Amino acid sequence: MQLALSPEDQAFREEMRTFFTTVVPEEIRTKVLEGRELSKEEIAGSMKLLDDHDLAVPHWPEEWGGRGWSDLRRHLYLEEMQAAGCPVPLAFNASMIGPVLAQFASQEMKERFLPKTRSCEIWWSQGFSEPDAGSDLASLRTSAVRDGDDWVVNGQKTWTTLGQYGDWIFTLVRTDPEVKKQAGISMLLIDMTSPGLTVRPIELIDGGHEVNEVWFEDVRVPGENLVGEPGQGWTMAKFLLGNERVGVAPVGATKHALARAKQLVGDRLREPLLAARVAELENELLALELTALRVVAHSADGEPHPASSVLKLKGTELQQAVTELLVDLAGPAGLASGTAEGALPDWVHRTVPTYLNYRKASIYGGSNEVQRQIIARTILGL
Amino acid sequence: MDFTYDDEQDALRDAVRGLLGKAYSDFEQRRQTCKADPGFSEQVWSQMAEMGLLGLPFSEEDGGVGAGPVEIAIVCQEIGRVIAPEPYLQAVVLAGGLVQACGTPEQRQDVLGALAGGERLLAFAHDEPGSRWAPTASAVTAGQNGDSWSLTGTKEPVVQGARADQLVVSAALPDGGTGLFLVDADATERTDYPTYDGGRAAQVTFDATPATPLGEPGRDLAGSIATVQDIARVMAANIAVGAMETALRTTSGYLTSRKQFGVTLNTFQALTFRAADMYVSLELATSVVSWATMVLQTGDVARVRDAAARAGLQASRAGRHIGQEAIQLHGGIGMTAEYSVGSYTAVLTALDHLLGDGDHHLVDLAGSVADHGAIDPLAVG
Repeated sequence: MQLALSPEDQAFREEMRTFFTTVVPEEIRTKVLEGRELSKEEIAGSMKLLDDHDLAVPHWPEEWGGRGWSDLRRHLYLEEMQAAGCPVPLAFNASMIGPVLAQFASQEMKERFLPKTRSCEIWWSQGFSEPDAGSDLASLRTSAVRDGDDWVVNGQKTWTTLGQYGDWIFTLVRTDPEVKKQAGISMLLIDMTSPGLTVRPIELIDGGHEVNEVWFEDVRVPGENLVGEPGQGWTMAKFLLGNERVGVAPVGATKHALARAKQLVGDRLREPLLAARVAELENELLALELTALRVVAHSADGEPHPASSVLKLKGTELQQAVTELLVDLAGPAGLASGTAEGALPDWVHRTVPTYLNYRKASIYGGSNEVQRQIIARTILGL
Repeated sequence: MDFTYDDEQDALRDAVRGLLGKAYSDFEQRRQTCKADPGFSEQVWSQMAEMGLLGLPFSEEDGGVGAGPVEIAIVCQEIGRVIAPEPYLQAVVLAGGLVQACGTPEQRQDVLGALAGGERLLAFAHDEPGSRWAPTASAVTAGQNGDSWSLTGTKEPVVQGARADQLVVSAALPDGGTGLFLVDADATERTDYPTYDGGRAAQVTFDATPATPLGEPGRDLAGSIATVQDIARVMAANIAVGAMETALRTTSGYLTSRKQFGVTLNTFQALTFRAADMYVSLELATSVVSWATMVLQTGDVARVRDAAARAGLQASRAGRHIGQEAIQLHGGIGMTAEYSVGSYTAVLTALDHLLGDGDHHLVDLAGSVADHGAIDPLAVG
C-alpha cells in the first residue's frame, strides 16, 4: 500500500494541471466553474482545442487518437480537467459512439466518422430511450425496415440531450421483430438533416431546453450506416453503458462546487450546523474519490470493477446534495431565478434551477435503482 | 498510489486468518470464550504472541517486529472479521503504543518485551466518569514525594482492567498537564464486569497507589496520548471494516437461504436494495480507512489527526448503518445471542464509542472546515 503517486504520475498530474489552467481560455473555465451554461460553439470549440493537443479522447484505441494511458492517469486527467473548469469532451462523442465505432465498426466507417467525432466536427446525439423503453431499454420499438439498399426508420426517441445541436444521431432500432427482444436490435447512424426526422424540445422543470423528442417518419438511412452486423445493437448498447470504470462519478466537479459554496457563504460557515453539514459532505466526497482511485488503480485486467456501481450511485447523490446545499445557502434570494441582474448576488439566480436540473443525475445512465439491482445481483449474489 | 498488499502482507493476512479463523470458525466458539473469564482466549493470545503479532508495532530493540501501520491494520481487519475478543487494540495498539511513544529505553524494553511475548497483559486506564475521549485526565491525580510518585482517583471503564498485569494510567500532574504512569495492577482496587460486546471492563481505584512515571517525570504527555489515540482510531476503524464485511456477507447469505411465503428472501427487492446500500457504505468506509492507514505511514501528526477523524466518522456512520440493517434484514433470529449478527452489531457499537463517535469527529472536522478549499487525498507532504 502506498499513498503517494509515483513521481511519473505526479509529473503527469502537474502537466495536466498546467495544460488545463493555461491553454484552455479562462473565460470559458470561469463560466464552467460558476455553473453557467455554455453555448454549442464553446463546448465544441473546447473539444476541438483538446483534440488539437491529443487530449480529447485518451481512452480510445491509440490508432484513433487514444493515448494508451493507465486508468489512473485517465482519472487524474479528468480530475484536473474538472478542477480547472475545462469543459469535458462531449460524452456522446468521446465516451459513447466513439468507443463503439472503434470496437465494432468497419474500417471504412471508422475512417469516415472517428476523426470528426474526436474533434467534435460532428456533434452526436443519442437515440436510445423511448416513451415506453426507459430502464427497460430492450423493449424499444423504433423500427428499421430494409427497403432496397436503405433502412426505413419509423418511431420516436426521447430524452435526447442537446439534440437541438446534433448533426448525427446514433440510434438503437428494431430490425427484427421476430426474435428475442435483445437480439432484434441494431445500431444505425442517422444524419439528423434527413427528411422525416423532427426534433421537438421538451421543457424541463428548471425552465431550460436540454432534452428533446426525436421523431422518425419514413426516414431513409443508407444501408452502409448500420454499425457492425444487424442484431448487434444490444451488445453495443451494453458495451457503451457498461465498460466505463473511469469518470463514472463527477468527483472533481462536485468537489469544486462544494469548495465554491464554502467561499460564497463566507463567515456563515462558522454556524455549527452548516459547518457540520459541509464537513460531512466533504468526508463523503473524500470517500467517493478514494473509492474511484481504488477502482482505477485495480482494474488493469480490463474488467469493470464491481465498485463502479457504487461510484454512480454515490457520485450522483453527492452531486445532488451539493446543489441542495447551494439552494439552502441562497435562501429566499433563490426565488429570483428569472433574472441575472439586480441587487442579489450573482450566484443565487442559478441555484434552484441547477438543483432541479440535477434531479436527473440519479435517473440517467442507469438509474440508481438499476445500480442497486446490479450491486445486489452481481456483487452480493442476491 | 496503490491500495494492494505486497506478498509479505498477503502472507501475514493469511497467517492471521488461519489462526483467528480457526479459533473462531464457529460463532459458538466465540460465544463460549466470551462467557468464561477473562472474556478472551489465553491460548489464542499466546498463539498471537508466538506469531509475533503482539510485538508487531514495536522496534526490534524493544522486543518487537518493527512492522508498519499496514501490517497492524491487517491484523485488526482479521480480528474484526471474526470479532475475536482478544484485547489487541487495547493492549498492543493503545497501551503498548503509549509505552513505545513515551517510555524510556529501559521501560520500552522491559514492558514491550513482556507484552510482545504474551507474558504481561497491559491495559490503558484512561476513561474517567464524565470524560469523553479527551487526551487528558482530571479525576485521577498524580502526587509527587521526592522521587516517588503515587496516584489517587478512579478510572472507569478500563477494558480488561481486571485481567491486566500492568496498567498504563493517565493522571493530572501536580503542576498541570497530563502524565502517564506504569502501575502494578495488583496494587489497585478493581471491580470487574462483563461488557455488551462480550469483553470485560473494570472500575480501577487508586488510593495513593505507587506509580512509575512513563518517560521523563512530570512532563505533559497529552500530545502523545492524542496521537496514539489517533492511531488507535484508525485501527479501530480497521477492525470495524472487518466486522462490517462479515455482517454484510452473513446477511447476504441469509437472504439467499431463508424462505418465507415459499420463496427465498432475496426475491424481495425491498430487502436486496437495502443490502446494496449496506455494500455502498462498506466500500466507502473501506476506502477512507485504507487511506487513513496509509496516512499513518507518513508520521505527520497533523495529517494523522485529520485522517483519524475522517476514518472515524466514516466508520461510525457505516458501522451503525450496516449493524442496524444486518439485524433488521435477518428478522427475529438477528436478535438472538446464539446467532452471530447481533454480536457484530454490538462490537461495532463498542468500537464506535471507544475513541470518539461519528459526531465527535464531525465536530472536529467542522471546526476546521473553513481552513481549506477542496480536500486532496493525494497531497503528500
